[in-house]
Amino acid sequence: MKLFRLRGGVHPESRKELAADRAIRVLPMPGRLYVPLLQHVGAPAQPLVNVGDKVLKGQLIGAGQGVISAPIHAPTSGRVLAIGDFPAAHPSGLTAPTITIEADGEDRWLETEVASDPFALTPDEIAARVAAAGIVGMGGATFPSAVKLNLSRKNRVRTLIINGGECEPYITCDDRLMRERAAEIVEGVRLIRHAVGAIEIMVGIEENKPAALAAMQAAAMGTEVRVIAVPAMYPMGWDKQMIRALTGREVPADGRTADIGVLVHNVATAYAVRDAVRFGRPLVSRLVTVSGGSVVEPGNLEVPIGTLVETLFQYCGGFAGKPARMVLGGPMMGVELATAAVPIVKGSSGVLALTSGEIGSVQPAPCIRCSSCVRACPVGLLPLDMAAHIRAGDSTGSVALGLKDCIACGCCSFVCPSHIPLVHYFNFAKGELMEQERVKLKQEATKKLADARNERIARIARERAEAAAKRKAAREAKERAAKEAAAKAATEVV
Amino acid sequence: MFFAVVSLTILGSAMGLFLGYAARRLEVEGNPLVEEIQAILPGSQCGQCGFPGCAGAAQALADRSAPITLCPPGGRAVVQALALKLGVEANLSDVKDNVPMIAEVKEEICIGCTRCFKVCPTDAIMGAAQQMHSVFREACTACGKCEEVCPTESIKLQPIPVTLHAWYWHKPVIQPMQAVSA
Repeated sequence: MKLFRLRGGVHPESRKELAADRAIRVLPMPGRLYVPLLQHVGAPAQPLVNVGDKVLKGQLIGAGQGVISAPIHAPTSGRVLAIGDFPAAHPSGLTAPTITIEADGEDRWLETEVASDPFALTPDEIAARVAAAGIVGMGGATFPSAVKLNLSRKNRVRTLIINGGECEPYITCDDRLMRERAAEIVEGVRLIRHAVGAIEIMVGIEENKPAALAAMQAAAMGTEVRVIAVPAMYPMGWDKQMIRALTGREVPADGRTADIGVLVHNVATAYAVRDAVRFGRPLVSRLVTVSGGSVVEPGNLEVPIGTLVETLFQYCGGFAGKPARMVLGGPMMGVELATAAVPIVKGSSGVLALTSGEIGSVQPAPCIRCSSCVRACPVGLLPLDMAAHIRAGDSTGSVALGLKDCIACGCCSFVCPSHIPLVHYFNFAKGELMEQERVKLKQEATKKLADARNERIARIARERAEAAAKRKAAREAKERAAKEAAAKAATEVV
Repeated sequence: MFFAVVSLTILGSAMGLFLGYAARRLEVEGNPLVEEIQAILPGSQCGQCGFPGCAGAAQALADRSAPITLCPPGGRAVVQALALKLGVEANLSDVKDNVPMIAEVKEEICIGCTRCFKVCPTDAIMGAAQQMHSVFREACTACGKCEEVCPTESIKLQPIPVTLHAWYWHKPVIQPMQAVSA
């Protein structure tokens, strides 16, 4: 099949060989699981259990709130130990509301409703099952999948693209999933297609994963699913890049993929959809790649959500020497972890322990305006100019250059010969602008409150004055009546 | 000649009448800039700028008799908005880069005197006589009025604790390049 030309992109060393040939192993159930209430884009889930409650595997413990949210389920059977703050898998090292579950070792599933023929379900039922299972985009974006399904059905998407790009170096969990569980993925893909009514279905897989390509092609044989090899380059796994490669179409700057009639889901999401729709099983575990030069025995593990990162490293033989940096996610877009005592969440595709040789630590030098970053940017922005505006304290100016379209993929920082932390500038500016927006909203809200208070005080004063006037009038009337009565009495006497 | 004089006279008087009518009918009361500035200011009438409430401050700003950095609770955002509105340079070096603050009640020493919530300009304090008082974070503008009236110093302005939701990356620090030795 003819592929379309792509914009930008870089070719980092893949380093996937560290873990690519290690078959999926199931991590033994840890003693305690720390399940954060916010593992997705949108509003955090509301806890539904109390401390001391017994829960079964797959039981709903946090309900989604609002339109864009996802529910949270118990990843194993056991007892709720605590509900409170626990360090989050976040570069700030701050805490987030988390439900701690002590496993009872039985790992007993909640009775679920198994669909004998999932293809007999209506699209609405499929979307409802996906929503109830708490499935979110598992490539890392963690956008609630059911919201995407409903949006796509409303927009009548024609094309369903399944993203097997996995372009981040080191990460191999999707690769292993496609090699070992291709039939399940294809069933999930066909269920998604059934739910949105797409006509064309394509699975895009980077050509550096020949085994996964072969397995998926074999599994898709005889179905309407087409498996297509796409060039291996970063960021191929960005949904809009994948759309461009397979269809040649571009998503408008402030639009969604549904606007051009395309729905994109990750392969791991398709796998989770199959579990949810066929077996009624919620998303309580995921595949995680444990890799990096410091890890003794890298591999791909099936891990319950809420397992601590340190447990994963221990299971993989611990560290050969102290790692220089621990990363959650891939090296390009992942976040640095200050501590390994943070839980795996639905969007965690990998944990890396890198040696000092694997991380760069060069001091940034001045920009020489070589425009390498412009050529590397997959969105078509001018990273050097945006960064110059931000450095000068003009974040608003960088918005005019397209800051809001920046996906923080890191291509510009990667190619910069002066080692300027370009993405860091963009992340800072995005945060600063969001903060300003929050301050503005708060100011509007407090102004309303102040106005309401002033009005209330004025009203109370007015009511008091009116009441006083009324009392005065009543008193005067009484006095007048008394006077008149007295006068009358006097005349009568006379 | 006659027609020209007549038509110009009619045209002139008609336009004159129209302008005279418009001047009376569409007269602008006061300076519209004052209202626009007032819309930018927080509106909590805290008086920290030294003017009697935000209306006074807006008037002074419109007259250019007060610096645009006069509003402590407004912070940088208000200074920048004012600079844009008034077309002047925002000199942020004057703004004390004070971290965003919020009032907090120290519960051990609050005696429930109700003084603070009576002065709060945004109704951000909840409480009743002899009861514990508490602050609504979303409504507090850190004007500091409550701090002044508290008899036990139990209500104090504190820096807003950073949450996961509000956290963002710091600005990259560029260290000066070291000279390359020959």
